[in-house]
Amino acid sequence: MSRYLLRRLLLLAPVLLGVSVVVFLVLHLSPGDPAEIMLGSQASQEDVARLRASLGLDEPLPMQYVRWMGHVLQGDLGRSIRMRQPVLGEVLIRFRATLLLTATALLLSTVGGVTLGVLSASRPNSMVDRLSTVGSIFGASMPSFWLGLVLMVCFSLWLGWLPASGMYSSHGGGGLGDLLAHLTLPAITLAAASMTIIARLTRSTLLDILRQDFVRTARAKGLVERAVVLRHALRNALIPTVTVVGVQAGYLLGGAIFTETVFAWPGVGTLMIQGILARDFPLVQGCVLVIALVFVFFNLAVDLLYAVLDPRIRYE
Amino acid sequence: MTPAATTTADRIEARRAPRNRLAWAAAAVIATAVLAALLAPILPLIDPDAVDTPNRLRPPGAAGHWLGTDEFGRDLLARLVWGARISLLAGVGTATASMVIGVLLGVHAGYWGGRVDMVVMRLTDILMAFPYILLAIAIVAGLGPGLANAMVAIAIVGFPIYTRLARGVVLSLREREFVEAARALGSTDRLILRRHLLPHLLAPVVVAFSLDVGAKILATAGLSFLGLGTQPPTADWGSMLATARTFVILSPHVALLPGLAIFLVVLSLNILGDALQDYLDPRMRHG
Repeated sequence: MSRYLLRRLLLLAPVLLGVSVVVFLVLHLSPGDPAEIMLGSQASQEDVARLRASLGLDEPLPMQYVRWMGHVLQGDLGRSIRMRQPVLGEVLIRFRATLLLTATALLLSTVGGVTLGVLSASRPNSMVDRLSTVGSIFGASMPSFWLGLVLMVCFSLWLGWLPASGMYSSHGGGGLGDLLAHLTLPAITLAAASMTIIARLTRSTLLDILRQDFVRTARAKGLVERAVVLRHALRNALIPTVTVVGVQAGYLLGGAIFTETVFAWPGVGTLMIQGILARDFPLVQGCVLVIALVFVFFNLAVDLLYAVLDPRIRYE
Repeated sequence: MTPAATTTADRIEARRAPRNRLAWAAAAVIATAVLAALLAPILPLIDPDAVDTPNRLRPPGAAGHWLGTDEFGRDLLARLVWGARISLLAGVGTATASMVIGVLLGVHAGYWGGRVDMVVMRLTDILMAFPYILLAIAIVAGLGPGLANAMVAIAIVGFPIYTRLARGVVLSLREREFVEAARALGSTDRLILRRHLLPHLLAPVVVAFSLDVGAKILATAGLSFLGLGTQPPTADWGSMLATARTFVILSPHVALLPGLAIFLVVLSLNILGDALQDYLDPRMRHG
């Protein structure tokens, strides 16, 4: 396992280098002078020159990258032009909210998806199975930002059961109950598409496994169907599900941007969009870098978990 | 034909019939959307940008406005039809660009191998190391908000899927006997690629493309929703949703209708893509 871990870490190095180059180049994609774009047409030449100097834009591109990378490795992602604060602090504060939303959505989609998948595979062509099939087609086609608005209209506007936006109520909020009430709709919105994907995969894998000899043996031994499915078949079916859950975690991290925008959830996604619209490049770079790094390391963790669950992976 | 074969064929046909009907319904939805988009200039519609503030936020069925009006009193039906032009064009355009770039890179990586393969695959690894939409947003951040830039960004982040697909197919074929035979007969690499390898890519790429158009419509609508794609007053389904968000409590239909349009078209594209996959893959057809 340690050799496999070392190999995966070595393979990570070029990816991390590439990610850092892409994030760095974001600033330089813009046609024209980034400093002028950031400060707008009203800015004085002195202000533009000062910003150019502070961002090191006068130096050759490779030198700028090395300098930027040096700062990043020391935890310095620069200062936000709009907020005049260090970017890292702002991003980390907002990232907690994104992480809470993503983790809750991942939990919902995994538990819901596996349960639906097991129910569908246990009774193929039943009502649950058909609903799950329809749900999977709908899930892949429905824009999450629209689903969020639909849920908001139904449960906040018409029924008045749940709050429509934010993380806490502005008056008398702040408790765990208040947080959970605010979290419910965004988490369901974010989890919906992933849940259908996990359900379909669990169903198809479980159906394959239920046809195998060891399952027939378990049934022949007289085990009740519930034990056959849950204790014998599901354990094997969960291996590919783990991979998909890992992939979905990355998807949720990216997709959270839409959910945060719909529900005004104070996460890193809304911070990034504010940064883009204000042309605050250091802030945007910081947000993209943090999300991308978390995504890369999460994928690594999933690969390692997969290798633990299925030892054949380590010897390939 | 033997009675048994007839029975089996009938059974397969009976099982496929509802799916076929669904595929035809999906094709009808897409045909309607495409026709509406193409014929928008000659359809008897109100100017989609004509502001009529006294008639703002009218509900569906209001006089002169079948689907109601938005926050500026603009006709929602006209904006949906004109928005279809941009949303569909953006979906097809970005999927085509991703496909062309991806297949070209993938075919060359798979055929030549070595350094070309290494460079191309590392590039796709790096692009795939980002959550899909995050990278698109990052590119738009650099290029600046706007529909053209959003399309460029989505095309860039979308090509690695095609690269991997094309590379995989070419890798599995390049040492096969028919390629060896063509080489032995003196065919140039270019001729082998064009005449012997590219035709094998047609079916998988067509299926991937048909499923990808829907994903690209969702992605461009998503960027417009975030304010990074189409800019006001131009109508596209994503930007209509974005502006309607503020009025969702007062007039839910303003936000629900463009979303429904996106949903129906993407759903139909996905159903049609699945049907195409069944049709082009003999194992699925008879399985």
